[in-house]
Amino acid sequence: MATLVRLQGRLPGFKEGFFQRNRCVDEYRQMEYYAAVKIQSWFRGCKVRAYIRYLNKMMIFIQKWWRGYQGRKQFRKMVETAYFIMKMNFYNEMAVRIQKRWRGYYIRKYIHNYYALKKYLEAISLNNEMVRRGLDEFAEMKEREEEKQALEREEKKKDYQARKMHYLLSTQQIAGIYNSPYLKSPDPMELQLRKAKPLGHKAKPRQKDVVDPCQLPRTDSFSSQPVPLLPPIGRQKPQGPFRDAAEVLQQRLKPFEPSMRVAASSASLEEAREKVKQEEWRNRVHDDEFFPFASCHKPYKYIPSMQRSSKYGKENYGLKYFREQHTEKWITNKDFITAVPPIHLFEKFGKTYSRAGEIV
Amino acid sequence: MSQRQVLQVFEQYQRARTQFVQTVAELATRPQNIETLQNAGVMALLRPLLLDVVPNIQQTAALALGRLANYNDDLAEAVVKGDILPQLVYSLAEQNRFYKKAAAFVLRAVGKHSPQLAQAIVDCGALDTLVICLEDFDPGVKEAASWALGYIARHNAELSQAVVDAGAIPLLVLCIQEPEIALRRIAASALSDISKHSPELAQTVVDVGAIAHLAQMILNPDAKLKRQVLSALSQIAKHSVDLAEMVVEAEIFPVVLTCLKDSDEYVKKNAATLIREIARHTPELSQLIVNAGGVAAVIDCIGSCKGNVRLPGIMMLGYVAAHSENLAMAVIISKGVPQLAVCLSEEPEDHIKAAAAWSLGQIGRHTPEHARAVAVANVLPVLLSLYMASESSEDLQVKTKKALKNILQKCTHLPALEPLLHDAPPNILKHIVGQFSKVLPHDSKARRLFVTSGGLKKVQEIKAETGSLLQEYINTINNCYPEEIVRYYSPGYSEALLERIENYQPIL
Repeated sequence: MATLVRLQGRLPGFKEGFFQRNRCVDEYRQMEYYAAVKIQSWFRGCKVRAYIRYLNKMMIFIQKWWRGYQGRKQFRKMVETAYFIMKMNFYNEMAVRIQKRWRGYYIRKYIHNYYALKKYLEAISLNNEMVRRGLDEFAEMKEREEEKQALEREEKKKDYQARKMHYLLSTQQIAGIYNSPYLKSPDPMELQLRKAKPLGHKAKPRQKDVVDPCQLPRTDSFSSQPVPLLPPIGRQKPQGPFRDAAEVLQQRLKPFEPSMRVAASSASLEEAREKVKQEEWRNRVHDDEFFPFASCHKPYKYIPSMQRSSKYGKENYGLKYFREQHTEKWITNKDFITAVPPIHLFEKFGKTYSRAGEIV
Repeated sequence: MSQRQVLQVFEQYQRARTQFVQTVAELATRPQNIETLQNAGVMALLRPLLLDVVPNIQQTAALALGRLANYNDDLAEAVVKGDILPQLVYSLAEQNRFYKKAAAFVLRAVGKHSPQLAQAIVDCGALDTLVICLEDFDPGVKEAASWALGYIARHNAELSQAVVDAGAIPLLVLCIQEPEIALRRIAASALSDISKHSPELAQTVVDVGAIAHLAQMILNPDAKLKRQVLSALSQIAKHSVDLAEMVVEAEIFPVVLTCLKDSDEYVKKNAATLIREIARHTPELSQLIVNAGGVAAVIDCIGSCKGNVRLPGIMMLGYVAAHSENLAMAVIISKGVPQLAVCLSEEPEDHIKAAAAWSLGQIGRHTPEHARAVAVANVLPVLLSLYMASESSEDLQVKTKKALKNILQKCTHLPALEPLLHDAPPNILKHIVGQFSKVLPHDSKARRLFVTSGGLKKVQEIKAETGSLLQEYINTINNCYPEEIVRYYSPGYSEALLERIENYQPIL
């Protein structure tokens, strides 16, 4: 109770106090609230900033690694390309070197081979020399031949002249003009005259009343052949036992009549056979011959007839031979000549006017 | 009146006719009589005599007609207009060989003048009978017939085709195998005339196997036969590569080269023509000719003759050199250039000079080496003078200009170029200065020589339009020298120097 009393005793004050205290609290409440907010906001701000800072740091860390990775990757690629390009350049350079050498070699060896060309040109000039020499020799030979021919012609002409002037030959009594006694030695013509034979007198061609066409001037090459003479008109019948001219002419101009033997060719039979063979071969449709449907063409076994078979063997008479042959009586082994040549005169009988023909 | 007196009348008449035709035939051989004979109406009188009963009179009448028609184309036309041809053609098939010869002679004499007259003969159907005459036994008849066929075929391709269609070629080829030289000669000439028109006709001649027979006859001693044979071969070879190769395959080399040494001018000419026609086609054929020594032989041939005979040889050298540089080199080492230079300066005729200029241009156009060989032979001044000469023909001028241009564009032999600098016209000068501008920057000795020989001075005197090619070349040359030297050699330098003296203020 005491407490209660103590409490009661303290009650009026307490009320006051309480009031005082509440008022005081109320007085500072707003301020404290603001202060608390401020403190809290500051603290929270610090916290969030720290967090963000942390996040930022993490992000930078990640990005740093990522970018580093990317960069390194790219760099590696770059290095690779650069290396590749370097390599390619090198290869190209080497390829150029090789190709240069090869092409130079190839061209020099096969296409524009200087030594081969030189050799070829030398060969050509050598060949040219040979051809020139050969042709010169040929021309010289030709010239010599011509000279020789001209000389021969000259000689012939001289010879002819000598024969023509043979009458100028010196005789024992009178020296000819080429054998002048005032000369030391006779003229060469004199020697020629001695060798030559005098020209004989040619018989002069008989003059005819018709101009001989052979003596016409021949300016065209085709008229080089002499034109034959015409038969004279109206010739009289010559005296003597002569046949009529018409008969003779008919006999002379009758067409050629060969004998049978001459007219037919010796090989005519063979030829005809050959021809028939050819014809058959040409007309044949098929190389294998057509067989009939029947079986008769088939080879059958020969059965001798009962009547003709005998137990005494075969009689050859009438089958192998028909005439008795005594070969031991033969004089010679040769056959008689069976073909007799036709007698020429028989075939002409009655066709000629010769008396001899009629006698036979 | 007795029988004798009656017959005497006939005999007299026959004698008179014979004498008449023989006299006319004799008179027709002289050109101065022809006009008188024509005015006297000889055609009208000869025509009935062609149908005379006596064969001698017939053939002498034909002979006289042939001689008249041979003389000029008016008379030949008179023969055609007088309807004489059908009679002749009819009797050509019927009569004896003497008449055949005379009739073929008339046909030949008529046909040789113009294509129209030859066509008239073809229209009469003469070809078939002439071809039958080619089968005749007598060589004289064959000769006359092949002569007539050759004269008909020579005019143009259609007439040749007509002759070919009549089947003449196999018989002509048989004719060239005959022993008679005259017949062979004329048959070869006919083949030549037929094959000259077109490749097809030449091919038909080749198909019958003419080449082998023709090639065999190259070595024949008869010059006239050789002429015709070589001409026929060249007419065949000229059309195409195939035909030329077939001719070559008949092994005409090196036999044909001996013909180049022949004493007969026409044989030489035809042989050179044959070689030219073969060389013309391909480098291979040219090579073959070079290897056979053909170039040397042709060059010798050019040296041994004059005038038109040279022309095919000159052209052959040009054709060979045109194919490739090796072949051109072969021509050079066969000493072709000096020979061509001789032709260029000696020959009086323009067309031969033009051919020589063309050939030289073909030789020199390949490399500097070739151009040098041509320039050393002292050809360039001659070409230039021909180009500048007023009496040269237009063709010669064109050819020489082209040759100069070809050679100059390759020439680096400066001593040969220097003389040209002084008298060349601007269109040639351009090339010369161009060559200097190419060589001088790389050759110090040449630079020195160029100054001392006065070339630089000449170059400074050239008036070139600014911006032209010539000006560029001159600038290139000037850039090779120090400025003072260029100025020293420029025209008007002394005045400029004197002016400087006047303007100079003496330093005291």
